[in-house]
Amino acid sequence: MASAFPCRSLGERMAMSSFDVLPESQTLSVPPGSEPSPQMPVFEVRDVFYRYEGVTALEGLSLHIGRGQRVALLGANGSGKSTLLRLLDGLCFPEKGSIAFFGEPLNPNRLAQDEFSFAFRRRVGIVFQNPDVQLFNPSVFDEVAFGPLQLRWPKERILQRVSETLEQLGISHLKARPPHRLSAGEKKRVALASVLVLDPEILLLDEPTASLDPQSASQMIDFLVGWRGGSKTVVMATHDLDSLEDIADHCFVLANGRLVGEGSPQQILGDQALLARTHLLHVHRHLHDSGEIHSHPHRHRHCHEP
Amino acid sequence: MASLLDTVEHAQVAERVSAGRSWLQGLDPRAKVASTLAVILAATLSRRLTPLVVLLAMGLATALASSIPLRRLAFRVWLPTLLFTGAIVLPALFLTPGEVAYRLPELGWAVTVPGSRTAALLVARVLTAATFATLLLLSTPWNHFLKALRILRVPTVFVVILSMTYRYLLVMLETASAMFESRRSRLVARLSGREWRSLTTATAGVLLEKSLVMSNEVHQAMLARGFRGEAYTIDEFRMRPADWVWTLAIPVLAFAAVWLRR
Repeated sequence: MASAFPCRSLGERMAMSSFDVLPESQTLSVPPGSEPSPQMPVFEVRDVFYRYEGVTALEGLSLHIGRGQRVALLGANGSGKSTLLRLLDGLCFPEKGSIAFFGEPLNPNRLAQDEFSFAFRRRVGIVFQNPDVQLFNPSVFDEVAFGPLQLRWPKERILQRVSETLEQLGISHLKARPPHRLSAGEKKRVALASVLVLDPEILLLDEPTASLDPQSASQMIDFLVGWRGGSKTVVMATHDLDSLEDIADHCFVLANGRLVGEGSPQQILGDQALLARTHLLHVHRHLHDSGEIHSHPHRHRHCHEP
Repeated sequence: MASLLDTVEHAQVAERVSAGRSWLQGLDPRAKVASTLAVILAATLSRRLTPLVVLLAMGLATALASSIPLRRLAFRVWLPTLLFTGAIVLPALFLTPGEVAYRLPELGWAVTVPGSRTAALLVARVLTAATFATLLLLSTPWNHFLKALRILRVPTVFVVILSMTYRYLLVMLETASAMFESRRSRLVARLSGREWRSLTTATAGVLLEKSLVMSNEVHQAMLARGFRGEAYTIDEFRMRPADWVWTLAIPVLAFAAVWLRR
C-alpha cells in the first residue's frame, strides 16, 4: 500500500524520533478553538480523487458528515471505505478535491502545525481493521497511554484516564500483558481503548467487527450502541448489515471509489437492487426436508414487538 | 519451520519466567540493568580466572534463587557460548608461545600453558557476561527492560528500534509460520533441495513486502494518535531498599573480586 508520506523505512522514521520520559510538569494545552455551529459538518468531502500506485481508490467522491451522526460506510472489498477513513483522519491526502474538518481545510500544511495537529488528533480517533498495526507498544498499559503521552497530558491525568478506559472496556486485567499475546477480540478492545482514552468527539472505525467471534462482535456492537453522548460522531466502514440499524443512522454506499447511494439504514436495506449491485446482498441456499433446494436473497430487516 | 516455532516458544518461556515472583523478578528493572552492566564490565576487565569463576557462581546462585531453569541456561547460553567462543579461541591454544602442556597425538601440535590460560580466560569472560545478560532478560518483562534502558538514558533510537523489532518480529514469525503451513498443506510431491530453497527465498520476499506494508500502517497508526517524531513514556518504577542493596552490592562484589585477584 502506498503512503502519502515521504517514502522512508520505519527504521529511518524511528531514527528521526526520540523516546523521552515525560516530565510530570510538562503539559501542552490545546488552545480552545472557536466552537463551530451545530449545523457545520464535521467533515466535508468535495470531489476527492485518490490513487494507490496507479490504481484508483476514490473517484470524484463528495459527501458530508454532520455532528453527532452515526455514519456507516458500506461497500464491497476494495470499494474505497478504508481509504476514505484514512483521508478523514489526515493520514493521507487527496490528489484532487478537498476535505474540510469543521470548515478548516485538512491538508499536510495544516497538520504540520502543532496547534492544529494536537487539537485534531485529540478530537478524532481511528481504529484500524488490523489491530496488530495499532498495537505497537510493549504492554497494554503503554499502548493505551501512548496517545495521552504524545499529547503531553500530565502524568496523574494519564494514569487516571488509562485506568478508567481499561475499566470501561473490561480489560483492566490485561494491563501488564504484551499485546501480541492477546486474542483477536482482546486486541480489538485494546485498540479501541487506545483511541477512547483521549475521549474523542469523532470516532472512525474500520470494520470494527471483522474477524471477531460472535460474542466479541456482539460486545463491540453493544459498546458502539452505548457510546453516544449527544455530540459524538461515529464513522464506520462495515459489511455488517445485520446490526446496521443499531449502529448507524445514516449510510453511504460506495462502489469502485464512487458514492452510489445514501440514506437511512431502512432506506438502504430496503433497496435490494442497490445492495445487489454493490455486492452487499447475497443469495442463501437451503436444503429443505423435502429434498428441495430453495434459494433467496438474504434480507436484513428486523422487526421488534412494539 | 521448526526454528520459527522454537523462537516463538523461547519468547513465551521468557515471558512466563519473567512474570514469576522469585528473587530477581521482584527487583526494580533499573537496579537489574545497572548491576548487570557492572558485572559485565568487571568480567571484561578481569585478568584472572578465579574472579570470573566467583562471578559465574554468583550468577548460578542468582538463577537458582530466581527459579530460572538451569537447563535453559545450559542449552541456550552455555553450550552456544562454549561452541562459538571455543571456535574463536582454538588457534590461541596452539599459537601462543610458552611451555607445552600437551601434545596432540598423531598431529603432534603443541597446546601451550599460556595458550590454555588465554583461551580459558576469554571463554570464562564471555560465559559470565552471557549468563548475567540472560538472567536479566529472563527475569525482566520486555517492556520493563526497555523502559529501564530509556530511564538510564540509553539512546532513544536504540530503544525504539529494539521495541519495534521484538514486537513485529513475533507478528512476522506467525505470518511466516502460517505461510509455510499453508504451502505444506498444498504440496503433493516431494520437492528437491533446490525447489525448497527457491520456495523459501520467495517466502522471504513476500514477508519483506508484507513487513514494508505493515511498517507504513504502523507509522500511520502512530501519527493518528498524536506521534510527531517524539515518543514519551511514563516512569512508574519505585526503588525499594532491596533494589538499592542489589544495585550497590553486586557491582562492589564484582569489582572487589577482580581487584583482589588482579
